[in-house]
Amino acid sequence: MNRSLIIGIALSSLVVCAALLSFVWTPYDHTVMDIPAKLQLPGPAHWFGTDHFGRDIFSMIMVGARTSIAVALVAVGIGMVLGVPLGLTAAARKGSWLDEVIMRGNDLVFAFPSLVIAILITAVFGAGAVNAIIAIGIFNIPVFARISRSAALSLWERDFILAARVCGKSGARISLEHILPNVTNLLIVQGTIQFSLGILAEAGLSYVGLGAQPPTPSWGRMLADAQTMVSFAPHLALIPGIAIILTVLGLNLMGDGLRDYLDPRLRISRT
Amino acid sequence: MGHHRPNVTAMLRYSLKRLTSLLISLAVASLVIFLVIEVAPGDPASFMLGINAQPDTVAALRTELGLDVPKWQRYLDWVGGMLRGDFGTSYTYRTPVAGMIGDRLWVSLPLALFALTLSTAIAFPAGIYAASRRGKPGDVAVMGATQLGVAVPNFWFAMMLVLIFAINLRWFNAGGFVGWDAGFWAGIRSLTLPAISLALPQAAILARVMRSSLLDILGEDFMRTARAKGLSRRQALWQHGVRNALIPVLTIIGLQFSFLLAGSIIIEQVFYLPGLGRLVFQSISSRDLIVVESVVMLLVFSVILVNFLVDLAYALVDPRLRTRT
Repeated sequence: MNRSLIIGIALSSLVVCAALLSFVWTPYDHTVMDIPAKLQLPGPAHWFGTDHFGRDIFSMIMVGARTSIAVALVAVGIGMVLGVPLGLTAAARKGSWLDEVIMRGNDLVFAFPSLVIAILITAVFGAGAVNAIIAIGIFNIPVFARISRSAALSLWERDFILAARVCGKSGARISLEHILPNVTNLLIVQGTIQFSLGILAEAGLSYVGLGAQPPTPSWGRMLADAQTMVSFAPHLALIPGIAIILTVLGLNLMGDGLRDYLDPRLRISRT
Repeated sequence: MGHHRPNVTAMLRYSLKRLTSLLISLAVASLVIFLVIEVAPGDPASFMLGINAQPDTVAALRTELGLDVPKWQRYLDWVGGMLRGDFGTSYTYRTPVAGMIGDRLWVSLPLALFALTLSTAIAFPAGIYAASRRGKPGDVAVMGATQLGVAVPNFWFAMMLVLIFAINLRWFNAGGFVGWDAGFWAGIRSLTLPAISLALPQAAILARVMRSSLLDILGEDFMRTARAKGLSRRQALWQHGVRNALIPVLTIIGLQFSFLLAGSIIIEQVFYLPGLGRLVFQSISSRDLIVVESVVMLLVFSVILVNFLVDLAYALVDPRLRTRT
C-alpha cells in the first residue's frame, strides 16, 4: 500500500461514512429552520455553523454527501454497464463496420459535454437529480467504451487469446471469459476517476439549478445559496467547497494509489 | 521527428476523410438535438399566448413561427436556416435568435479563449519545470498543487476570488460585464477573475499531461543521442524534448476548449456575465426552446470543429498519423 492509497481511502471512507451515518443520525434535522440562530459561525452548538435559515450546516453537509455519492455512483454505473460492452464488442470486431459505428458514436457523444446534455434534458423534462445522473452517465459511456476497447485490443494480440480462439471460442465468449477479467483493474481505477469527476459535475449542475432541487440537500445548491452572502458569511461558501475538494481529492488519490497498487503499467486518461 | 516536406496528396486525402466525418457528425448531432427538443411537451404558441388565447390566434402564431409544417420539414428548415446564419425567431422576445446569440458570443468566446491562454501559459512552464526536476522537491510541490487544482470546483474557486479580490481588496468588480465599448482593457479587466477561475483547474490537468508527456520523451533513445552529440541537458530538453512532448498536449488543449466553453456557462452565473450561459438558463425557464436548441447546437458544433482542427494539426505535425484511419 502506498501513501496516496492510504490517504485516499481515509478521505473517501470519511465521506462515505458521513453519508451512511446521515441515514440514522445527524446532529440536527437538516430541514428544520431556526431563524433566531441564523448565520452562526462554527462553534460548539453548531460545529459548522448555521445558514441564513438557521439550519445546521454540519447536518446539511452529511446529507448532501448522500446526494453527491448517489449521483456520481449511479452515473459511473451507467457508464460502465453501457460503455464496457460497447468497447469490448468494438475490440472483438476490430476494423468491422460495427467497430466503426461504435467508435463514431463515441466521438459523437463526446461532443456533448455533460452540462450540455443536462441543459437539453432539463429544457425538455425539467430539473432534478435524476437528470444530473443521466447527463453524467451518458457522458461516462464513451469514456469507458474507449478505455475498454483500447485495453482489449492489446489483449487480443496475446497468445492466451489465440489459444482460446484455437479452442473454438466465440468472440463474445472470449471477451467475457478472458478479456473482461484482465481489464477489471483498469476499469476500477478509471471508475474511481470518473466517480470524482461525477462529484464535481454534480456540484456544478446543482449550483446552476440543473441538479438536485430543494428540499434535497446538495453541496452545489448550498454554494448557490451562499453566493449572495459570501461577503458577510464566508463560512457558508467555504464549508461545502472544502467538502467537495476533500471528497474529490480523496477519490483522485485513491485512483492514483490503486493504479500503482494494482498495476504500475496501467495508463489512465484523466481529462 | 526530423524536418519533412508534408506529402500534399496524403494530407489532402486525410483532410477530406476527416471533413466527411465532420459533416456526418454535425448532421447526426443536429438530428439528435432536434429530436430531443421535439419530445418537449407543450406547444410554444399556446405557451406564448397564455391560456386565454383564441384558437385562431394560436393557429396564426403557429403559422408565423413555422410550427404548422411536418416535423421533417421543420428539421430541414432549421438546418437550412442555420447554414444561412438564420437561427429562427425567439419565441419569447420575437427577435432573431442569431442576433441574440451573436451578442452573447462576444462575452463567452473571449472568456473561453482568455482562459485557454491563461491555462496554457501556467501549465507549460509548470509541467516543464516539474519534469526537469523529477522526484525533487520542486516536482513534488508542483504535482501537489495540481492534485489540489483538479479537485477544486471552478465555480467555488470563482466565489473565493470574488471574496478576496473584489469584496476585500476591491481590485475588480464582483460581477457584470462593462462591454467592449468601454475599451479593450476595461473588457479584459471584467473578464479577468472569470478567466482565472476557469483556467486554474484546467491548467492543473494540462500541467500533469505536459509533465508526463515530457517524461516519456526524456526516456527516449533520441534524447540520449542529443546529449551524446554534445547538447546540454537544458538544450536537449528545449530543442528535442518539449517539441515532441507537445503532441499529446495538443489533444488535451483541444478537449479543454469544450470544457472551457461548457465551464464558462457555469462561471457566467457566478459573475453575472451576459454570455451564452445566462441566455440558455433564461431560455429554459421561459421555455424558449428554439434558443436552447440553437445554443446547444452551437456548443456541440464548436466542440466537433475544434476536435477536427486538432486532428488536422496532428497530421501536420506527425505524418505517420495520416496513414491511419
